Amino acid sequence: MNTTTTAKDALREQDAGTNQYLTFFLAGEEYGVNILKVKEIRGWEQPTLLPNTADYVLGVINLRGMVVPVMDLRKRFGMAQTELGKTAVVVVVKVVHSGRVRTIGMVVDAVSDVYNISDEMIMPAPDLGGTISDEYVKGLATIQDKMIILLDIDYLVNEGMLKDAGDSQE
Amino acid sequence: MAVNLDLSQFHEIFFEESREGLEAMESGLLNLDVGVPDPEVVNTVFRAAHSIKGAAGTFGFTNISQFTHVLESILDDVRSRKRGVTQELVDVLLQSVDGLRYMLDCAKSGAQADEDRVAAILEKLQNLPVEQQPRPAGWLIRFSPKPHLLQAGNDPYRLFRELKALGNLLITPDLSRLPGIDEKEFDPENCYLGWDLLLQSDAGIEQIREIFAWVEGDCDLDINLSGERRQMVERRRRRDDEPAELETGGKGQEQASIRVNIDKIDTLINLVGELVISQSILSHAVTEHDHDHDRTGRLKEIVELLEKNTWGLQEQAMRIRMQSIDITFQRLPRLVRDLCRSLDKQAELEISGGSTEVDKTVLEKITDPLVHLIRNAVDHGIETPGERKAAGKPESGLIEVSAFQEGGKIIIKIKDDGAGLDPGKILVKARENGLISDTEELSMGQIHDLIFLPGFSTATKVSDVSGRGVGMDVVKRNINDLGGSIELVSEQGKGSAFTIKLPLTLAIMDGQLIRVGKEILIVPVLAIVESTQIRKQLLSAVAGKTEVYRFRDEYIPLLRLDKAYGISSELKDITDGLLIVVDTGQQRVGLLADEILSQQQVVIKSLEANFQQVPGLAGATVLGDGTVAMIIDVPGLMRHCKGITAAHTAGNAAPLP
Repeated sequence: MNTTTTAKDALREQDAGTNQYLTFFLAGEEYGVNILKVKEIRGWEQPTLLPNTADYVLGVINLRGMVVPVMDLRKRFGMAQTELGKTAVVVVVKVVHSGRVRTIGMVVDAVSDVYNISDEMIMPAPDLGGTISDEYVKGLATIQDKMIILLDIDYLVNEGMLKDAGDSQE
Repeated sequence: MAVNLDLSQFHEIFFEESREGLEAMESGLLNLDVGVPDPEVVNTVFRAAHSIKGAAGTFGFTNISQFTHVLESILDDVRSRKRGVTQELVDVLLQSVDGLRYMLDCAKSGAQADEDRVAAILEKLQNLPVEQQPRPAGWLIRFSPKPHLLQAGNDPYRLFRELKALGNLLITPDLSRLPGIDEKEFDPENCYLGWDLLLQSDAGIEQIREIFAWVEGDCDLDINLSGERRQMVERRRRRDDEPAELETGGKGQEQASIRVNIDKIDTLINLVGELVISQSILSHAVTEHDHDHDRTGRLKEIVELLEKNTWGLQEQAMRIRMQSIDITFQRLPRLVRDLCRSLDKQAELEISGGSTEVDKTVLEKITDPLVHLIRNAVDHGIETPGERKAAGKPESGLIEVSAFQEGGKIIIKIKDDGAGLDPGKILVKARENGLISDTEELSMGQIHDLIFLPGFSTATKVSDVSGRGVGMDVVKRNINDLGGSIELVSEQGKGSAFTIKLPLTLAIMDGQLIRVGKEILIVPVLAIVESTQIRKQLLSAVAGKTEVYRFRDEYIPLLRLDKAYGISSELKDITDGLLIVVDTGQQRVGLLADEILSQQQVVIKSLEANFQQVPGLAGATVLGDGTVAMIIDVPGLMRHCKGITAAHTAGNAAPLP
């Protein structure tokens, strides 16, 4: 991917309605999150097990003294499980929940690129048939003939992950 | 400079300062003596009201400033002695403090204050009857001369004359000791009379004592302040008698302070925590190269120095979060006063050690249990004045609350001189509720411990104050959750005393590292009773599921940590494992671990910060090698496992975690 052009584009297109998205792969599909939500990207390391939580909560890692939970998006979306490869990384995002900022990590197969996507490029998602709740999807965008699924990360983390992560036991 | 300054950034400070001002007003009003108020106290209350009025005006909270204006003018009248202090006045002023607090809360949350409610209080304030002249202080003097008073050449009339020079004197003779005139023992030279003197004067007690100095040995003298003023002054006198400790911690302390946002402090503490971890990683790395002495010798020295400084830094950083427990104690006088009024009881509250410092979080969480215990003391402990009189006690009860630091813990004691616990009643109640069997014999201590069981309440009459059956068990659980304990000593007829022990801080604790499978877990050292090798013959099962272990003379439940946390254990045989006996505050439990590792101080990181509370875990920490380890919450784990077992027995086939 031509990253220099992307960076220049980013400088040029500072106008409203255009956002930068970091994209990553999950089982061959490309997903995007608003880059302002991304705190950092870390190499994959085995997290410490967090007992009594949902299966998609892989555990916690030490992020410079902060204890941060790591979620498995494949498991959360009910996708096929594969061994994590060498390109697997943890995308650390910041989400706001009831006035508090939370930091959580998401394991993805690989990061892809950063794209400028203006709001008019985003198309509403069709009914996705229940595999992944369409509430978590902000919309779909086409970049170089590829489809990118843009995630509403705040909603996904707060409603889709944190809300029922703890009471999977009962 | 921008002309339209955005004031909203200062609002937080205004609310904070006003809250402090209200607290000052409240405690001042509670200390205000009916009759002749202490000008210093009146001034404090006035100043607080004045600052709130000024600040509220500046920030555009007109309703608050208008309200405070009315309040202020009344206080000004009191200050300039145009208005006397009556009980009614104090009551209405206290209500207006509540009103102000309500208005501030509304302003803070952006809600609209209920105008009717505010207007009602305002009306009361404005309609307060003005008692023009402050009533002079009354001294009640009971003067009972011994029979030989006159023979010693003393003249009661001279005393009365001198007293009269101090103010208005009302003399009532007491004829009760006068024998009949015809009786043989009547000696005309003896003095059989006594006098009750009411002296209306603001003279001090010393001046009165001076007048009676000549007859001191020849009479029984009892000088008291008249009426309601007495109690207040007595309380203050007792407070003044307290050792200098309060002086230094309280009003004598004029140290400079600055207001800092709590987030900044927490960030600082987090950073220091990270520093401690980095430092221990460094020490770890240096020790690994121990074989090369020449090169590491100097390095080791430096690392040791760094370690010392880091811990020092952390300790000081933690102290920033410490606040004096007075913040919680300040609420109590009002509570006792209001409770006494609604229950028709009399009780005095004595507080000591308010300057003891506790971590902010501990302080926040201890307030509710403390309030509950005080409620209980007034409601169940202190008897009605009639009952107290019949039992030969002073009509007014005494509740003592004290706090001090002892061996890395905070101790809070709540003592009352009320009725104490009735073991008979407790037993009957416990049997009724099926908490114990009919034949069970219990020691006094065990009987007292029954009140901490869920669903227990001894109040024969359920009042709106306490006695809804949710009570002591919740208090105990809250305190246990803080890593503390509560004990009770009670003697029937004499009173009860609760002792609460709390950790100084929730941010650091001594942890015992244990290994289960590949995971490292941490048990709070404070909870550990003993660690022991497992002997198979001491292990048995109940109902095929729950395992129990005979520890000394009792059977304790055995909790397999691998099962409780869903970790795969590496133990081939249970006897290879180690049993860590812990005390949850309610019971003892044996935790089964693969291995016991070192002990170290750990910085507790909340899981809630980025995730949520996890049942059975008190939090997490970062170890010396940078990995995260979970801290076991023993009481929480017990509750969690109980829930699962209960679900199992109910036929709910949920798998073990």
